[in-house]
Amino acid sequence: MIESLNQFLAAKGIYILTLILFFLGIYGMIMCRNYMKKLMSMNIMQVAVIFFFLCLGQKDGGTLPILQTGLTNPDLYVNPLPHALMLTAIVVSLGTTGVAIALLLRIRENYGSVEEEEILRRVDE
Amino acid sequence: MSENFPILIVLLPLSAALLSPLFSYLHRDLGRWLVTLAIACSLGCSIGCLQQTLASGEAIHYWMGNWAPPLGIEFVIDPLNATVATVANFVALMGAIYGAPFLKKSSWLETGGYYTLYGLLATGLSGMIITGDVFNLYVFLEIASLSGYGLIAMGGQRSVLASFRYLLIGTIGASFYLLGVGYLYAITGTLNMADMAVRIVPLIDTPSFKIVVGLFIVGFGIKMALFPLHGWQPDSYTYAHPAAAALIAGIMGKVPIYACIRYFYFIFAASGAAIGMGLQIMGIMACCGIILGSVMAIAQKDFRRMLAYSSVAQIGYLIVGMALGNVYGLIGAVLHLINHAFMKGSLFLFIGGVQYRYGEVNIDKFGQLYRKMPIACWMFVIAALSMVGLPPTAGFFSKWYLVLGSMEAGPVGYFYIAIIIISSLLNAIYFFRVIEKIFINPDAGLKEVNPQKGKLELPWQMLLPILIMGIGILVLGLSNATIVSDVLQFALPEVLIK
Repeated sequence: MIESLNQFLAAKGIYILTLILFFLGIYGMIMCRNYMKKLMSMNIMQVAVIFFFLCLGQKDGGTLPILQTGLTNPDLYVNPLPHALMLTAIVVSLGTTGVAIALLLRIRENYGSVEEEEILRRVDE
Repeated sequence: MSENFPILIVLLPLSAALLSPLFSYLHRDLGRWLVTLAIACSLGCSIGCLQQTLASGEAIHYWMGNWAPPLGIEFVIDPLNATVATVANFVALMGAIYGAPFLKKSSWLETGGYYTLYGLLATGLSGMIITGDVFNLYVFLEIASLSGYGLIAMGGQRSVLASFRYLLIGTIGASFYLLGVGYLYAITGTLNMADMAVRIVPLIDTPSFKIVVGLFIVGFGIKMALFPLHGWQPDSYTYAHPAAAALIAGIMGKVPIYACIRYFYFIFAASGAAIGMGLQIMGIMACCGIILGSVMAIAQKDFRRMLAYSSVAQIGYLIVGMALGNVYGLIGAVLHLINHAFMKGSLFLFIGGVQYRYGEVNIDKFGQLYRKMPIACWMFVIAALSMVGLPPTAGFFSKWYLVLGSMEAGPVGYFYIAIIIISSLLNAIYFFRVIEKIFINPDAGLKEVNPQKGKLELPWQMLLPILIMGIGILVLGLSNATIVSDVLQFALPEVLIK
């Protein structure tokens, strides 16, 4: 019983954790009343996607994916492509966060707050 | 030279956009002219590619850095995406010319920044259209979205809030798409679209593939504002910068639909239970969107908001055409994609003109507007009739193909026909209401914000795009048979031709 649970967690556990993290991010974006917290939840969601990709590239006992003599069997090194893709995704997430913070600064300038209820009250005025 | 056309479509607006602040610093108008010129060249390249691919009958493959796919990234241009890229760049060019009067009084930094964002938006959209790599599509999607957030935020005070909300929701959509790419990569081990189309065949019934279809529907559904994922869209379209609204509303919502067609029909070849179910779900969501969008549009007082809700409905038409899954349905969807880009672009150009001259967007204040702005108003009438679907305007013919496709689809099809006809009537209600206000109601006594001297009702940079887009709708309608038989016929996926 414990043996099979261990096996299951070793094989799939990380994906379940990543999934929980992803939906935690979305939950935060929906439930938080503060725009800064919404933004932080958005980052958590993006990090979950990055984790997901990195798990795909992982291999038991894999070594560095660099050119070495005698290293021709693809089972012996980790897949570098997901890492390369995620470098791009990290840059995108950085850009998104930058734009979002710039917008938040403007919102605070205009409405004097980043609390959703306060802003909605001012918009209706 | 001509073999480099595919990369130039993306590269020219990208470099022009990044150089725009520098040139604007040298002289206020230089940056604007640079970006406009680059988008015009990019339009020329798209037309060149379209001619090449139609003449040779084969897709053009452009390898980045001469790395052969599936290892390298490639651009693939076939008749379908060459057509969409041409339309996208055409609307972008019209918008770039149109933007000048709005930025007359702004500083060099604002002008340069605006045109940087505008050029990047054009780059991202063309890149999404012509790329042949699934991850590359994500990168271009984010380029387009990020510049789109900026352009929406430039519209004024309320727009910042709309832009921030769109940013949050849009990022969820992009993350869903990225997760889908992850699953696809995990099961096929490739990112190249052509390679994936071969490798996905034995995997079409696996659970992972079903998850991919679900993730793509949610991801693209958010980006295209498919009901019920359209919550961000009315605010964003309403408060977007008036000069950029035509490109944002006309093209930015359509490109994800093109990507959906590319995925579901070209890569996944519309086979397997998951795709069938996914298309059916999208069809039902689209039908709800068509009715709800039209009803909400009737309730609006703000002209731009009415257009935004009508976009929710019109995107439903495209999805219905896609969900039908037969030749006429898909021709109808692609034709409506082109037509709607022109119609919605034209309508947003019109309201931008009214907003520029009178600072007014409330429909009730439009009384006797046609006396003051005759050309713009008549072009609005053409676009409005096309939205309702009266011949010989373009909107009639795409709806006709959609109805033909529905007739072939059996019992479900009759349901779609009913939806299309009801929504056309609803369209008629909210557009004839505006036409009545403009032509019949008593003068509302609007005050000019930007008084016009001379004979022209608007600056020529604004009047010219309005005129070209309005006449374009008529030309598209009259030449629809040529478009379908000479271009779109070759753009259909192989699955449907058999």
